[in-house]
Amino acid sequence: MDRFVFLTVDGLSHGAIFAAFALALVLIWRGTRVVNFAQGTMAVAAAYIAYSVTKATGSYWLGAVAAIVAGLVFGVVVERVVMRYVAHTAPLSAIVVALGLSLVIEAIIGIIYGVNYLPFPAPFSRTSYVVGGVPLISPYDIFVFICVIVVMVGIGLLFARTAIGLRMRAAAFAPETARLVGVNVSRVLTFGWALSSGVGALAGLLILPTSGPGLVPSAMDLVFISAFTAAVIGGLDSPPGAVVGGLGLGLVLSYTSGYIGSNVTELAVLALLAVVLLVRPGGLFASRQGRRV
Amino acid sequence: MSLEVSGLTAGYDGEPVLHDIDLNIADGAIVAILGANGAGKTTLLRTLSGLIRPTAGRIVFNGAELTATSTRHRVSPRLRGRAGRAASVESRAHRGLAHVPEAGGVIAELTVDENLRLGGLWRKDRRDAAKAVAEVYGRFEPLAKRRSALGQQLSGGERQMLAIGRALVARPTMLLLDEPSLGLAPRITTQIMEMLRDLRDQQGLTVLLVEQNVRAALSIADEGIVIALGRVVARTSAADMLGDDAMRHAYLGF
Repeated sequence: MDRFVFLTVDGLSHGAIFAAFALALVLIWRGTRVVNFAQGTMAVAAAYIAYSVTKATGSYWLGAVAAIVAGLVFGVVVERVVMRYVAHTAPLSAIVVALGLSLVIEAIIGIIYGVNYLPFPAPFSRTSYVVGGVPLISPYDIFVFICVIVVMVGIGLLFARTAIGLRMRAAAFAPETARLVGVNVSRVLTFGWALSSGVGALAGLLILPTSGPGLVPSAMDLVFISAFTAAVIGGLDSPPGAVVGGLGLGLVLSYTSGYIGSNVTELAVLALLAVVLLVRPGGLFASRQGRRV
Repeated sequence: MSLEVSGLTAGYDGEPVLHDIDLNIADGAIVAILGANGAGKTTLLRTLSGLIRPTAGRIVFNGAELTATSTRHRVSPRLRGRAGRAASVESRAHRGLAHVPEAGGVIAELTVDENLRLGGLWRKDRRDAAKAVAEVYGRFEPLAKRRSALGQQLSGGERQMLAIGRALVARPTMLLLDEPSLGLAPRITTQIMEMLRDLRDQQGLTVLLVEQNVRAALSIADEGIVIALGRVVARTSAADMLGDDAMRHAYLGF
């Protein structure tokens, strides 16, 4: 029983991290109808900025703010310079271009910072509180959960309640019609990219202290794949879906690794993806499908 | 003069559909654009609203230059879109040109209320934008009853009302309508036509109405323009068009 509780909490903490990144993917999908395959690398680039700022100032929080601002800027730059010329062609073009962009960014980071692991410590303790003899949850885990909830609620409110959210939905569902009624679709798409890249940067900041030996250009590649799976499981349109998908994925990985063995975790992820898509092709939280009128 | 078009040539992928179109539409006129399928009526509206870039010709709307295919006439930088020198689609909407496309273009995934509010989001005067939405609900009772319904849940008539209502929220001076009666019951078509005429009478709205339902269009129009193979072939008053047997047979088919 202890083991189960431990695996559950461990799974949820890792899951929250996937959820954070999945939220960025849902944001870009809902805002622009494109999945940003360079999201992981852009987040890593932002994290490197955090590293430099923290090193220069000694403050984690200044570094974090710098990373998020960098994320916003990267989003604008990538959309303006690259994505706007390919997004309206075949969807595959956007994916291929984004993958290429990923390689370029990783290479540039490697040139500037080298390819050795750089230390990326967490701002709070990662030692778990022990409850009833079981190591349960650490201050850092709580911090991650809070961030994820805030971002999830923030995105939900943004889309449902704000004017810019309405513009983003209109621009994503029906860009031509949106333009006809006066929406500056071009500007809205840029905003969508900026915001999603900012959230991705935040997710990167949350993830990096927990993953592997430290910061390296390829640090987010595996996370991207898992987060993408989480987002698809939850339904790419749904912020709560991204969170449930992320947490679910974290749990599956934790139980698989704990009860079966760590060499089948990837298999478990793919099995989970297959099962969910067979039962509910639109993802667990698929929204009502609209017909074009 | 609301709209002046001269020498307009436009098409798709280099294939011209419209050839050398000249048009002058006065303020407060209701003009019916008639013609067979494929004649270029929809292309004309799409070129006016900026969805299609013309290869030649000039469009001047309420005194503002919208296209610049020659260097003599400049489009104001405030209107210009990101790519190219013509006024962007959204800036034309901001200037008062509202295009209701074929089948309405209601966004299926948004609710009635969201579709309507979308039409007024660009306006700086938020209070008037809200007032305009309320006016649309007052004018279209069926919409008022279904504010939270999704676009895809509406009937054909409701969708057309929503599309027109959404255009009206922007308080346009000119309405371009592409076959508003398509798929609608005759009674609803009559309602919509009467509503358009009322809008012109009450607010001085200029209406350019592309229609296959010739009788419905000419019942409210001042003038009819017939387009065939991308050119204007006839233009007279609605009364003459209905009254002249030869013209009616030749161009309108009855």
